[in-house]
Amino acid sequence: MTKPLKQVHLAAHFPGVNNTTVWSDPAAGSHIEFESFKEFAQIAERGRFDFMFLAEGLRLREQAGKIYDLDVVGRPDTFTVLAALAAVTDHLGLTGTINSTFNEPYEVARQFASLDWLSDGRAAWNVVTSWDAFTGENFRRGGYLPQDERYERAQNFLDTALTLWDSWAGDEIIADKESGRFLSRPDVGAFERHDKHFDIEGHFNVPRSPQGRPVIFQAGESDTGREFAAARADAIFSRYSQYDEGRAFYTDVKGRLAKYGRKPDELLILPAATFVLGDTDEEAQEAAREIRFQQVSPATTIAFLEQLWNTDLSDHDPDGPLPDFDPVETDVNGLISQGRASARRHGDRVETARQWRAKAEAEGLTTRELIVEVTGRQAFVGTPRTVAETINRFVQDDVSDGFILVSHLTPSGLEPFVEKVVPILQELGVHRTEYDGTTLRDNLGLAPLPAPAATSDEADRSAVSA
Amino acid sequence: MALDGAGWHPAAWREADAQPEALLSPRYWTALVQQAERGLLDLVTFEDGLALQSDTKFTADVRTDRVRGLLDAVLIAARVAPRTSHIGLVPTAVVTHTEPFHLSKAVATLDYASTGRAGIRVRVSSRVDEAAHFGRRHVVPFTAADRADLDNPVVQNRLTDYFDEAAEYVEVLRRLWDSWEDDAEIRDVATGRFVDRDKLHYIDFEGHRFSVKGPSITPRPPQGQPIVAALGHADIPYDLIASSADLGFVTPHSAQDAVEIVGAIRAKQAAARRTDDVHVFADLVVFLDNDPATARARKERLDEVAGDAYSSDAEIFVGTSIELADLLQEWQASGLTGFRLRPGAIPHDLTAITDSLVPELQRRGAFRTAYEADTLRGLLGLSRPANRYAQEAS
Repeated sequence: MTKPLKQVHLAAHFPGVNNTTVWSDPAAGSHIEFESFKEFAQIAERGRFDFMFLAEGLRLREQAGKIYDLDVVGRPDTFTVLAALAAVTDHLGLTGTINSTFNEPYEVARQFASLDWLSDGRAAWNVVTSWDAFTGENFRRGGYLPQDERYERAQNFLDTALTLWDSWAGDEIIADKESGRFLSRPDVGAFERHDKHFDIEGHFNVPRSPQGRPVIFQAGESDTGREFAAARADAIFSRYSQYDEGRAFYTDVKGRLAKYGRKPDELLILPAATFVLGDTDEEAQEAAREIRFQQVSPATTIAFLEQLWNTDLSDHDPDGPLPDFDPVETDVNGLISQGRASARRHGDRVETARQWRAKAEAEGLTTRELIVEVTGRQAFVGTPRTVAETINRFVQDDVSDGFILVSHLTPSGLEPFVEKVVPILQELGVHRTEYDGTTLRDNLGLAPLPAPAATSDEADRSAVSA
Repeated sequence: MALDGAGWHPAAWREADAQPEALLSPRYWTALVQQAERGLLDLVTFEDGLALQSDTKFTADVRTDRVRGLLDAVLIAARVAPRTSHIGLVPTAVVTHTEPFHLSKAVATLDYASTGRAGIRVRVSSRVDEAAHFGRRHVVPFTAADRADLDNPVVQNRLTDYFDEAAEYVEVLRRLWDSWEDDAEIRDVATGRFVDRDKLHYIDFEGHRFSVKGPSITPRPPQGQPIVAALGHADIPYDLIASSADLGFVTPHSAQDAVEIVGAIRAKQAAARRTDDVHVFADLVVFLDNDPATARARKERLDEVAGDAYSSDAEIFVGTSIELADLLQEWQASGLTGFRLRPGAIPHDLTAITDSLVPELQRRGAFRTAYEADTLRGLLGLSRPANRYAQEAS
């Protein structure tokens, strides 16, 4: 017995403010001009991708108290650039990462409902929580929350937004010029929400949007994050693009759906993944290595080293061996690097440094070569056929339902993938040759949402039309 | 041109040529702005609010015979931007409940998406229903009784509070726009640096209602400073226009009225030691037809359908394009630098403005015959401002 082939879902991540993005390449374009975003989105749409994806960071990163200047700095407002992109694309989903700590539900729900209307049903929200008072300094509400309250607030925030989106059933606007009735009933959009984090009530002012609500993405990896996704999300943006870890994550999360009364195909798992293509697999490997060294410049080498060592290493030689002393343990997660999630991942600094030294000594690596080895290697490297077949195998083997591709070049880095890999995936019968629906839910293979409970009995109540 | 739903008259949606079912459609808004652009207008504004529209000015209503439901104005403007090329795009934003950091980067991004045509009209809100949608602060409603009692010090203090906050908010918008110098992005491969961080600036704003650290996450927008607009009907809002805006919308009801309002704003501007230009545009609701009787009959018909005679904060003009052109020129002599026309019904009055009023003004040599600039600042005759932080450094 053979399983039916799963379709490969593909998405395009606009290159972000990590060192993955190679801004020093002569082919690298603007990270802020609208033309860059337009070109990027149109390439993804030519490849019949499901959606494009924008990350977000609400304060410029700092290291050792200074603005971090080695990676791309600066990005547009997520909602605004997505709304503009809706004007120059027809099918591509528009996924924005929006923080639930430094926003209010009424405003965010309204912005997503507006984006959904303005894109004819292509909006998606990657719900994230924030982690620090550092970012909070940019906001009138501040925003520091203890770890355990972040998901609680995020859950309450999302539940509140869902309440707002469901406050319109979709049948309220009749706009009947003859009778003069614009609304089928009074009191449209009525809602109230009273919980630990939100105490609001009134009327939502955006009628039910084409998708009912935006598609919900979630990106957390903790146990709480996985439960949150299993209960509420339509898709997960994960970082598990490797075979074994990907399968483990996939199995774990899909296994959590049943207790929320959901089927496995109601939640898509889409890891971020990088790729490098070449005419031969060897050429691709060589190109991948060159890109890694572009991504880890001498200055970036030192900055990465300082993130782990937690001290000033500006005099260290990136082409020499690792420092021979242990990292500074005081003020862990503190002053050295702010505004990025990865800083928290350095659990035991001394132990990690020992592992790095052991590896460098065993393989004869300089500091820079070591950093190249231990940080972010590309997920898919090879000829277009190798990459297409690997991606397809991963999807058929339930490593994921597809991938959110991150190119190292803005804005045209996806072009070789679209021109060379996509046709092979189409030939394999696992990727669409034309869009067959109109909404992002259609692209993702998610069923349309039912309208909230019928309101026809209310519609019959006499309407006030003074 | 001020765009709002199917037009400013509450019965406009019932006109034969109205498209009330399309008010949430991107194609509707794109077509309207393209029409305004064919008329070579300087800018369009988009109304907005954080509650459903209401006939009772300060609270929600339960009517079913009016247009209800509206999209986020900044996002409508962004959706329209790539489909237009010259006209300025000025959405409305409520500043009382929103974050200046978010709005600053949103307007900067609108400026990038429109390559230099963005503005923002800031609006304060004392509506109880809007406050309840946020649940973060208690507002004392500004009522019709208050409006009739503007000289009462209690009312004055309350109003001052809202408008002072708006002024602080605009200050944060402006500082954030300047928080990147124009040449901050250096892409210096030799040193591995993407930006020169000495050209990024903390704004360190400490106000009565909020503090904001900065810098913005969005580089300085094409215009440097997008246009800030505000609508004012009284002395306290005039302070905001004079101290903080590039463009004030005011509501005179006669040429003499206009003289007084412009005089008040100019005096406040001098007191605030502003050296840059501030435009003062008069708002007018317009019902335009080929002869005065037709216009009056149409307005009366709309009033009858609505159930009430339409009233407005702005002067309501009913007549022909020639009469309106006469009035605009007469009022312009009062020191006004422009007009914001609110079409009574869309598309009728919008088309009348672009196809009838504009040619009439062109015949009189009082209106452009082609766009002379690519940015909104350019169309308004405003230069691109220097960066406040760059000046400090030099």
